[in-house]
Amino acid sequence: MIGEGTQSTNQRRHNYVQENVEVGFFTDPTVCIGCKACEVACKEWNQVPDDGFTWSGNSYDNTGHLGASTWRHVMFVEEDRQKGNQIVGSHSLGSGNGEDPFRWVFLSDVCKHCEEAGCLEACPTGAIVRTEVGSVLVQNDVCNGCGYCVVSCPFGVIDRRPEPLADAGGAFKCTFCYDRQKSGLVPACAKVCPTESIVFGRLDDLRARAAEHVQQLQQNGYRDAQLYDPQETSVRGIHAFFLILGEPEAYGLPPKPQIPTIYLKSAWTSAIATAIALSIATFCAFAFL
Amino acid sequence: MTSLTALLSKWPLVRQIRERKDGTGLEAMSEKTRVMHARTDDAQVARSICPYCGVGCGQLVYHKNGKLISIEGDPESPISQGNLCPKGAASYQLLTHSRRETKMKYRAPRAKEWTEISLERAMEMVAERVWESRKRAFVRQIDGSNINHTTAICHLGGATLDNEENYLIKKLFTAGLGMVCVSNQARI
Amino acid sequence: MPGLGTSFGRGGATTAQQDVANADCILIEGSSMAEAHPVGFRWVMKAKERGATIIHVDPRFSRTSALADIWVPIRAGTDIVFLGALIRHLIENDLFFREYVVYYTNASCILSDEYRDPEDNGDGYFSGWNEEKRAYEGESWLYKGGDLSRPQRDLTLQDPQCVFQKLKRHFSRYTPEMAEKVCGIPPELFHKVADALVAASGPEHTAAVCYAVGWTQHSKGVQIIRAAAILQLLLGNIGRPGGGILALRGHASIQGSTDIPTLYDILPGYLTMPHKGDETLQQYLDNYTKKTGLWAHYPEYIVSTLKAYYGTHATAENDFGYGWLPKLTGNHSFFEFLYDMLDGKMEGMFLMGQNPAVGAPNSRLQRKALSKLKWLVVRDMVEIESANFWRESPEIDRGELKPENIETEVFFFPAAGHAEKEGAFTNTQRLLQWREKAIDPPGDCRSDAWFVHQLALRLIAKAKASADPIDEPLRALDWWYPEDSLGDTNMEAVLAEINGWHTLEEKENVERPTSNAQHPTEDGVVFGVDRNGEPHHGPQVNAFAELKADGSTACGCWIYSGVFGRDGVNKANLRKSRDYLGHGWGFAWPSDRRIIYNRASARPDGSPWSERKKLIWWDSEKWTGIDVPGFVKGKAPDYEPEVGAEGLDAIPGDAPFILHEDGLGWIYVPKGLRDGPFPTHYEPLESPVSNDLYSHATDPAVNWFTRNENRFAPPGDARFPFVLTTYRLTEHHTAGGMSRFLSHLAELQPEMFAEISPELASELKINKGDYICIVTLRGAIEARALVSRRIRPLRINGKRVHQAALPYHYGTAGLVCGGTANDLLTISGEPNVTIMEAKALTCNIVPGRLPHGQAFAEFLNKYAPQAGQISLHPEEPSVSTGTSGGGHASEGKE
Repeated sequence: MIGEGTQSTNQRRHNYVQENVEVGFFTDPTVCIGCKACEVACKEWNQVPDDGFTWSGNSYDNTGHLGASTWRHVMFVEEDRQKGNQIVGSHSLGSGNGEDPFRWVFLSDVCKHCEEAGCLEACPTGAIVRTEVGSVLVQNDVCNGCGYCVVSCPFGVIDRRPEPLADAGGAFKCTFCYDRQKSGLVPACAKVCPTESIVFGRLDDLRARAAEHVQQLQQNGYRDAQLYDPQETSVRGIHAFFLILGEPEAYGLPPKPQIPTIYLKSAWTSAIATAIALSIATFCAFAFL
Repeated sequence: MTSLTALLSKWPLVRQIRERKDGTGLEAMSEKTRVMHARTDDAQVARSICPYCGVGCGQLVYHKNGKLISIEGDPESPISQGNLCPKGAASYQLLTHSRRETKMKYRAPRAKEWTEISLERAMEMVAERVWESRKRAFVRQIDGSNINHTTAICHLGGATLDNEENYLIKKLFTAGLGMVCVSNQARI
Repeated sequence: MPGLGTSFGRGGATTAQQDVANADCILIEGSSMAEAHPVGFRWVMKAKERGATIIHVDPRFSRTSALADIWVPIRAGTDIVFLGALIRHLIENDLFFREYVVYYTNASCILSDEYRDPEDNGDGYFSGWNEEKRAYEGESWLYKGGDLSRPQRDLTLQDPQCVFQKLKRHFSRYTPEMAEKVCGIPPELFHKVADALVAASGPEHTAAVCYAVGWTQHSKGVQIIRAAAILQLLLGNIGRPGGGILALRGHASIQGSTDIPTLYDILPGYLTMPHKGDETLQQYLDNYTKKTGLWAHYPEYIVSTLKAYYGTHATAENDFGYGWLPKLTGNHSFFEFLYDMLDGKMEGMFLMGQNPAVGAPNSRLQRKALSKLKWLVVRDMVEIESANFWRESPEIDRGELKPENIETEVFFFPAAGHAEKEGAFTNTQRLLQWREKAIDPPGDCRSDAWFVHQLALRLIAKAKASADPIDEPLRALDWWYPEDSLGDTNMEAVLAEINGWHTLEEKENVERPTSNAQHPTEDGVVFGVDRNGEPHHGPQVNAFAELKADGSTACGCWIYSGVFGRDGVNKANLRKSRDYLGHGWGFAWPSDRRIIYNRASARPDGSPWSERKKLIWWDSEKWTGIDVPGFVKGKAPDYEPEVGAEGLDAIPGDAPFILHEDGLGWIYVPKGLRDGPFPTHYEPLESPVSNDLYSHATDPAVNWFTRNENRFAPPGDARFPFVLTTYRLTEHHTAGGMSRFLSHLAELQPEMFAEISPELASELKINKGDYICIVTLRGAIEARALVSRRIRPLRINGKRVHQAALPYHYGTAGLVCGGTANDLLTISGEPNVTIMEAKALTCNIVPGRLPHGQAFAEFLNKYAPQAGQISLHPEEPSVSTGTSGGGHASEGKE
């Protein structure tokens, strides 16, 4: 809700860390204007270095993807589809089923802070921890830069920072502005967002609000609106969830994200079976002697 | 000895073993993480307005011991309610980035490089230039009509200046010096 | 802002950004609000959340279009045809808000029999054209009888000489079919927009219009805004919640720098700069004082300004120092003096926070002009292109300029940033907001106020040692300001002067603070003593109504009066908003009114139009409501002025536009514009087509500024077949000094690009990301091709017309560099404000990279021959030599 001012959950002070309240981000592309204030506010607060000055030619997206020096990334998706009941030029007039539709959708991507986090499970040093508010935090004073987390993230979020940047070698990603949250402040990206496309708040509140919102949107012509909040897969839910128009693949989001440890489980099972088989074979071999 | 124990107990592995946790929660937090807080917590704050476009978003400028700490949106602004755009969000960098010039520089006629001069000297030189140009090109009368102007010195700028600065410019340049070639972006 | 000023009375947005949330429909045209004013756009999104229809009309499908309900693609520079078609639609189908139009606008006023409309001959000219002067003489445009104060009216709107009937005839050919032919907008799309606007009109509904430089930067920019003003008056949307016209200003204090102008032709508060021939104060007052309406108080405002400028030296005996004010001898606007620079007539220049080498049109010419100065002062935070043109410009690279040949002395003063000094910006909604100083500026960085103050001290000292009569105004200048330890002026002291005070002469025995503390005395003296501790002035004024013409008050900017009154509270620094309009937060001029002309929010009888849209109303004794009433507080709705009444007494109780002599909203502007009382469609100075409506294609009163290096392609020139438009990116700011040097912004849009359609890309065999060159008669630049369906070819009069869109932020300095779009633009002067046409030109596109060094000249000459005839457009005045067609120093040119 725009216009709540100091009462908005994006602005008011809170005690979520002290009260162990699970928090989240709900990001809604139907109100995102693609301004990238979230990217900048994140970098300013967290003193994240630039990520190179390369023009992509891919719409207005010169950020590319999340990484060690990009913790918020606004996607610019140009598609030959209609957005809601939007009338675009002479096309899609009247029926709402234009013959030559077009839409431009912006979505601000971020670390999902998974319920079961691949990075956290893979970290051998204890550098990655789960905080009071349910977020996943990389402690850079502990991280030794082994990189196991990088390959374990189903969303490709976390990465090591290359030379010659500050803290090169360490793994970085969104901290959910843990320092701000401990002081009762809202994460920088949500606080700055001009149209409240990014909403910060209690995870349960956000989920209820999102469910209602998606229903409303569907009634108002956004027939392909859905929530991206995988709870049935091994990530068992995410703390930063999204409303999307169309399919997750269009936004580079895996439809069924899995953490690598579930493959690890089957890997361990087969390893044990192999070991047993080997023992038997060895035993048999000796028996024939 | 006690300090060694205290030190050891801060080592996440020791804490994990002692507290019988799986090593992914609070028990695995380092000292740095435990004491972490927003760096604006003990800063002073000045209330300001974003210097970029004409929307006029409220800003809170956090500073400590004469140094900037952070610039954020002011939630109490009835216009911006705590929000900023990417440019406003970059205001801290605007004031602190490494390419910002902080030294007075002078380029002599036909020179290929800058030279550094003192502010005081630069002010004296500029005052001298204005004085001389104005003397050379001041028009008192045309066809018997009083004109009292000069068209040999001009000014361009203003839309990111403060009202008070614009006021002083107009007062000195137009009412004092008789400059009429005064312009800015805000023509319409 | 004569577009809004002549229509309604004041040159500022009529409403507040947050009030847009109350609109039932929002038309955004001439602006990509979501991109250039993202935080203002949140209120558009709030309106959308509440169910409003958002319409975006723009050549580009921008980030604003992406959030709109309806995107209407339009050929750049044809807005008057589209708006005119909406106006015609309202009239022909009787869909306008009749009661509002009849009582609150001049639709009923009877025009002079001498008035001739462009429609009469179909040639595009109004009556009064003087071909020799290339200017209109406006006498025939006045109301019948010539008196603007008491016009004859026909409230039935039937009289053939009334404004309404003239309006109907003027726009009779602006049909939806014409809009299709000229703008490329299909009729069914036109009707979608018309229906949405009509549905949001009437007692229960309102619609808002938002625009920015996409309307102003045209050869007829003022008239585009006029067309929007007419539309909003017909729909009854001015002065009402959720209505109005929001002029979106692109800089932090661009409104402030017209209110307190650093402009040649006005003094603070929109007072006119005296012209040659305004010999005495009395002559000047006779020329500019109006008999009725607020401007009847002109003498109070100007005398108080002179008292603020010259202090005790301004006396009744010496015309309050009026003679010291310089007199204008012609147009002294930027482009005029730019040509003087090029011709070596300008000795020195101050650039404060402006970068013409990138940000001004025909920037190749701008950079050359800088190299002709004797001395240049640049004040900025970084080494912008205008500071280092002698070393790093494309002209240096191409050998066109050589450092060893450039005589210009350059003084680069590093500037303080916004948090390193205090002062007020006036934002896009006329709101003064104070900034507190957080820290001292680093190194040699100083505020611009410091610079002006220090310069003033030095020059005044020189003047005091001189006996030359030309130094009299400097000797008389009242430069009293208290200083801080850095030698900076106390900015609140300057604000106190801007607000105004009673002078010492009037109250000799008033108690004065002994130091410059800001606590006011019992009498309301806030500062009171000058830098040396001497008594300087008396109590503050509380409002401009207190100002006098006898020298007993001084006031730096009368419209800002009230910002720092006798209570000693700097109201620009108020930070407790009490209501949605933000009262209690900052100070909106005039008189802290947030929605101006708000008398129109009530019916003629004083009751609200509707519960839903109420703002102020008559409670049987006085005007009251949510906003500060913009009307004499006790003037009853049925008040009828006596014959011969003057000033505000001459304004009836049902006339909301009190700055106008007749108190009405001007659908027709009888006085004050140089290119006609009604908006009329003229093609851009460079256009791919001829004018379908009139035989004269372009605005007759426009100033072409023709020069060898500033040539225009004729209509339909096959060498320049594409429409060129420029725009601003969210990620960058104007000429880049505040964005291209910052890594966090520079990385987001790191290179110059051009947006073209897939159709054009395929015609020219260009792939996404290819390097291309954009060429006009003024120059050529390189860009990457951003191929997107967001840009579409339009069908104009049966012909396919391609458009290309360029961001204009790039240059040679900073973290990210790129071609400067302004290299391609023309210098041209809209007739009223001398603004350039930056939004609609023609160009060619050549695949491949732009040659460096001396090969550039060859390349340019191949695609845009630089020799030969200078005036190529048939409607341009012919210029035979390489020198200026402008040049303000040609005395008595006016």
